[in-house]
Amino acid sequence: MTTIINQALDQASRPTGDGGRRGFRPGVTLSVLLIAFLVVAAIDPRLLTSQSPYAVNLAESFKSPALGHIFGTDQSGRDVYTRIIYGTRQSLLIGIGATAIAMGLAIFLGLLAGLSGRFVDGLVNRFLEVLFAFPGLLLALLFVAAFGLGASTEIIAVGIGSAPGYARMVRGQILAVKGSPYVEAARALGHPPNRIVRQHIFPNAMRPLVAMAAMGIGQSIVWASALSFLGLGVPPPAPEWGAMLDAGRNFVTQAWWLEVFPGLAIVTCALSVTTIGRYLRRRFEGETG
Amino acid sequence: MTATAGRGDLEDERVRDLSPAGTPASALLEVADLRVGFGPHRAQRPVVKGVSFSVRAGECLAIVGESGSGKSVTARTLLGLTGGLSRVEAGRLEFNGTSLLGLSGRQWRKFRGSQIGFILQDALVSLDRLRLVGQEIAEPLRLHRWGTRAARQRKVIELLTQVGVPEPEVRARQRPSQLSGGLRQRALIASAIALNPALIVADEPTTALDVTVQAQILGLLEQTKAQGKALILISHDLAVVARLADQVAVMQDGVFVEQGPAHQVLTRPQAAYTRALLDAVPSAHARGTRLSGGRTAPREAGHPAADIATQAQRPALTDVARIPAGAAGTPVIRAERLVKRYLGPDGRTRTVVDDVSFELRAGETLGVVGESGSGKTTTARIVLALTAPEEGQVLLDGQPWTSVPEKQRRERRRRITTIYQDPLSSFDPRWSVGHIIADSIQPAEYPSREARQQRVSELLAMVGLSEEYRDRRPLQLSGGQRQRVAIARALGPGPSVIVCDEPVSALDVSIQAQVLDLLSDLQSELAVSYLFISHDLGVVHHMSDRVVVMKDGRIVETGTADEVFGQPSEPYTRQLIDALPSLDVA
Amino acid sequence: MSSPPDGTALSPDRTALSPDRTALSAPASSAVAGAPRARRTLRLRWRQQRGWLVWLKRLIGAIGVLWAAATLTFIVQQLMPGSPALTILSGGATKPTQAQIMAVDQTYGFNKPVIIQYLTFIGHLAQGNLGTSYLQHQAVSTIIAQQTWPTLELTIVSLVLSWIIAVVFTITTAKRGRPVSAIGSGIEIVAAGLPQYWLGIILLVAFAIELKWFPVEGGGGLSSLVLPSLTMAIPLAGFIGQVTRDEFAKVLDQPFITSARARGMGDTEVRLRHALRHAVLPGITLSGWALGSLFSSAVVVEAVFAREGLGQVLTNAVAGQDMPVVVGVTLLVALVYVVANLLVDAAYVLVDPEIRLA
Repeated sequence: MTTIINQALDQASRPTGDGGRRGFRPGVTLSVLLIAFLVVAAIDPRLLTSQSPYAVNLAESFKSPALGHIFGTDQSGRDVYTRIIYGTRQSLLIGIGATAIAMGLAIFLGLLAGLSGRFVDGLVNRFLEVLFAFPGLLLALLFVAAFGLGASTEIIAVGIGSAPGYARMVRGQILAVKGSPYVEAARALGHPPNRIVRQHIFPNAMRPLVAMAAMGIGQSIVWASALSFLGLGVPPPAPEWGAMLDAGRNFVTQAWWLEVFPGLAIVTCALSVTTIGRYLRRRFEGETG
Repeated sequence: MTATAGRGDLEDERVRDLSPAGTPASALLEVADLRVGFGPHRAQRPVVKGVSFSVRAGECLAIVGESGSGKSVTARTLLGLTGGLSRVEAGRLEFNGTSLLGLSGRQWRKFRGSQIGFILQDALVSLDRLRLVGQEIAEPLRLHRWGTRAARQRKVIELLTQVGVPEPEVRARQRPSQLSGGLRQRALIASAIALNPALIVADEPTTALDVTVQAQILGLLEQTKAQGKALILISHDLAVVARLADQVAVMQDGVFVEQGPAHQVLTRPQAAYTRALLDAVPSAHARGTRLSGGRTAPREAGHPAADIATQAQRPALTDVARIPAGAAGTPVIRAERLVKRYLGPDGRTRTVVDDVSFELRAGETLGVVGESGSGKTTTARIVLALTAPEEGQVLLDGQPWTSVPEKQRRERRRRITTIYQDPLSSFDPRWSVGHIIADSIQPAEYPSREARQQRVSELLAMVGLSEEYRDRRPLQLSGGQRQRVAIARALGPGPSVIVCDEPVSALDVSIQAQVLDLLSDLQSELAVSYLFISHDLGVVHHMSDRVVVMKDGRIVETGTADEVFGQPSEPYTRQLIDALPSLDVA
Repeated sequence: MSSPPDGTALSPDRTALSPDRTALSAPASSAVAGAPRARRTLRLRWRQQRGWLVWLKRLIGAIGVLWAAATLTFIVQQLMPGSPALTILSGGATKPTQAQIMAVDQTYGFNKPVIIQYLTFIGHLAQGNLGTSYLQHQAVSTIIAQQTWPTLELTIVSLVLSWIIAVVFTITTAKRGRPVSAIGSGIEIVAAGLPQYWLGIILLVAFAIELKWFPVEGGGGLSSLVLPSLTMAIPLAGFIGQVTRDEFAKVLDQPFITSARARGMGDTEVRLRHALRHAVLPGITLSGWALGSLFSSAVVVEAVFAREGLGQVLTNAVAGQDMPVVVGVTLLVALVYVVANLLVDAAYVLVDPEIRLA
C-alpha cells in the first residue's frame, strides 16, 4: 500500500524531461573550480597553507582576519584558514564515503525491488517505507547512539540515513524503465529478460544516479558537519568544519569569523557539488528527452 | 443576428459569392497582411508571413494546414494570446471596426470571451480539471460582470441545454473527467459562447474525438453558425472543414497558398500544395492508388513542405499488385474466441475483449476499426502475446501461440513484429537509428558484424531513409522519419506479419500518405501481412483487404473492405460511416 | 535538514477515473455518457464504500509501519556493543561490581531470551510505556512529554512559514521572463542548500546579537520563536519553492490556462485562481515528508538557539548512549510522520479528487 507521499517520491525519481532549462552555466564553471581547489586541499593541504592546524599560540588568539591570517584565528590562536584547509579531507572523505555507502545500499535495494516479482518488491517497498518513517538525521543519530562516536561510525551513519531516499529513487527509475514502451518493444522482438536488463533497464535506470550521487555528496557533507556540530562526530582537536562551528559558537559575539568562514566552507562545498550534480542531471535528461 | 437560415439558403450564398476573401463593408473581421514572429528582437523567427482574410457574420472561414504552418498562431492572434515573446504586425487587424493592433492586456480582455470566443481542442486538458464544469462555464459571465450569482447559475444550465448536454444540473456539478469526450467538448463550447460573442475561433475542435462524436460536435458548430455567429475554424482535416466552411484558406509555411470559396478550393484547387493535400487523404476514392509522390523521406527533418510532391497528376499505382487476398493455405494468424477482462479502478470487471475471432491470411491486410474503448488495441496486444487472454487462443502459422509458455514463444517472435502510434517512446532513448535497427536483426541469419551492418543499410533503403540517418538520434527526426525507422526495425527479423497499431494517427496528412504508401509498397514487395488497427475509417478503407469492425470488445461486422464500407449490414457500422465527414462539398 | 530525493517536479498519477486512451480518441464514452440515473447512484454508493475501505487499509498500514519501526529500533538496540547495564550504572562513583550488574540485568530483564524481551518491548509500547532512561532513571515518556510541546510548536510554525514564503515567492517570480525566473530559481536553490545550523548562527548573530531585535536565548513567547522558525523555514521554503515553481511553470503552459485567458481573465487572476491549485499539489505531498524532516532539523536548531525541546533530549541521549530515550524520541517522530502522511493523503484528496489512492 502506497501513500501519496510515497507515490510522489516515486515520481520524483522519474526524469523530468526538463532538459531545456538553461541558465546557471557560469555557476558550473565556478563550481568545478571550487571543487578542484578543495580536492587539492584534501589531497595535500600543505600546498595551500604553510601553517599547522594544531599549532596552539595563545598570544595570537582571536585575531581578526588580516594578512597573516586571512580568516583570523580561533580561541587557541590557531589559524582558521589552515584548519579549514586541513578539514577538507575529513569532510570530503565523509561526504564521498557516506554517499558511496548510500548509493551502494540504494542500488542493491532498488535493483532487488525493481527486478524481482511483486512479492519481493512489496517487501522491499514496505521496508523502505519503514525506513522513511525515520527522517534523515534521526536514522543517523540512532546509529551513532548504538555504536558510539567516531569517523567511521559517522560515515556509516550518514550513509544509512540517506540510503532510503536514493533506494526509492532507484526503484522508481527501474520500475519506470521496466514499464516503458521500449522495454515492451524489446520483449516483442523476442529478447530474453537478461538481455533486456543488460541493454535497457540497467543503463537507463542508472543514468540519473551519477547526478544524484553528486548532489548526494553535498548533502552528506552537510549532515556530517551537523553531527559534528552536535558534538556527535569526530572528537577534537580534529579540524573538522562542523566541529569548528560548534566550538566557535561560544565566542561568536567577539569573533564572528569563527562561525562565518567554516560555515561558508561547508555551504560553498555543498553548493558546488550540487550545482555540478544538477548540471549533469540536466545534460543526461536532455539525451533521454 | 440573422434568423436561423436553412442549409439551402447558405448554399446559395456560397455559390453566389465567388470573389476571393475580399473586403465587403459588412465584414466582421478584417485582417490584412498579418505578420507574426517569435523570439527575442535580434533572433525573430517569422511564423506568419503576411496573410489576409475577412469573415462576415454567419460565415465560416476555415484555415487548413499541417503542423508548423502557422494556423494556430494565426488563430491566437485574433485573441491576443500569442504570448510575451511574440511580435504581431499587420496592415489591418480590425474587429467590428475597432483595430486590434497594439492593444494592452486590459483592452484585450474586453474582447476576449464577450466579443470573441475561443474553442480549443481536447476539452480534457482545455478545462481546468480541478474545477467543476459549471464553474468553468460561468467564468466568462463572472469575468465580464454579467448578472448575479444565481442568474449566472441559471444561465449555465441554459447554456448546457443549448449545446445539447442532457441532465445539465447534474453535469454542471461534475468535474470534466466525469464527462465523456463529447459532453466535455460541448461544455467547452458552452463556455465559449456564453456571452454570445459575434466571432468564434475554433482551433481543431474535433481532433481528439471519436468519429461519431465528431459528427455531433460539427453539427453543434453548424447550429452556432446558423445563429449568425462568424466562425473561424482551424483544422488539418479537410473533410471536417468541408462540412462547415464557406471560405477556405490553405496555409503552408506561414502564407496562404490558396484561398477562396470552399466549393472551389476543395473541388478545383489551383495550388499544387492543395492538390497534394487532397490527394493525400486516404479514403474510398484513393483505394488502390498512391497517396503521395515519392518513396524517399525528405531531407530536412520535420519540414512538411518538403514532403509534398508537386506533380500535377496523381500517379496511378500500378506496382501495388497485392498477392490476391485469401490465398490458399493456413492463415498466418488465427484468433479464436478471445476474451480479456480487466479489473477497473472502481472495482468492477470490464470485459475489454469479448469473444473475438478472426483470421489473417498471407499477404493480406486485415483492418480492425473501432472507436476508443472498442478493445482493438488490447486485441493487438493479445495477438502479439504481450498479454494473455482469459479465454481463447491465437494460432500463429497454425501453431498455438498464446497458450504456449514464453520460452517456447520467444524463438518464434521473429515472425510477428509491430509498429506503434508513438514510435519515439518505443525506442531506447540512448540509441541511434542504426543501433535500433540492428537490434532487431537475428544474429543467426547475419552472424558477422559486417553482414549485420549491411542488412541495416538494406533496411534503411527499403524504408526510404538514406545512410546519413544511421547515426542520428530519434529525437532529431520528424514524426514521419521516426515511423520509417520503426518500420525498418519491424522488418529486421523478416516477419510474416506486422501488427500496425494506429501507425499514422499522429502524423500530418501528407506524411501519413507517404507512410501508407510505403507500407503498401513493402507489402507487395515482401508479401508481408498486416493487422492494421485504426480508428480512422478512411485509412482503414484505403489499406485493407478485409475489415473487422469492433465495438465494446465485440466484433460487430466483418467482410471485405468494399462490403463493409459500401454496404454495411450492421447499424453501428452504418452509424460510423454516416458520421464520417466527407470531402464532397456540393 | 535533509533534503529528500531531489527537487524535481512532481505530478500525481491521474489514471484513476479515465480509462486507457488509445490513439487520439477520447476515453471510453460508453461507461459514462448517458448513463441512466439508477446506474449512476449505484456507482456513487460503491465509490463511497470503497473509499471507506481504502482508509481502513491505510490505517492498518500505518500501524504496520509503526510496528516495523519499533522492531527495527529493537534490533538496533540488540546489536549495540557493550552492556546496557554498564551504561545504567555508569553514573555511580565506583566501578560497578558483578553483583550490581547482575542485579540491573535482572531488573531490566536483560538476561531474558531475546524473544521475551522483544514481546515485552512491543507490549509496553502498545500501552504507551517507553521504558526507563538509562541515565536519568526516569520514565522515558515523562521525559519526552515534558519537552514535546516546544519542538512541536517550532515545527508547525516553521512549516506554515515555509509555505507562505514559498508560495508568495513562486507566484510572483514564476514564469515572468528569463532573468526574473532564473534569479528566483537560483535563490531557491541556494536557500534549499543552506545548512540550518549555519543559517541559524548567522541569523542569531545578525538579528539577536547585533541588532538586538530578538532574544538570544530561547524561552517562551512569540519573539523567541521567530528566529528559530525562520532558520528552519528558509531552507524548506527553498525546497518547496523549487518544486512548486517547476509545477507552476508547467501548469501555465497548459491549454486550460489559455482557455481561461481566452475568457477574459487577467494574468494575476489566472495565477491565483487556476494555476496555484495545480502547482501546490506536489508541495502538499511533500509536506508530510517535510514535517518529519523539519523534526530532525529541530534537533540542530534547538541546539543553536539553546531552546528547550526534544532536540536537546535527543542529543544528550545519543551522546550518553541512553537507548530508551533515543528509541522513544525516534518512535515518537515516526508516529508523527505516519500521522502526517495520513493527513496529507486526506488533504490531497480534498484538493484533487482524482488522485488514485493505491
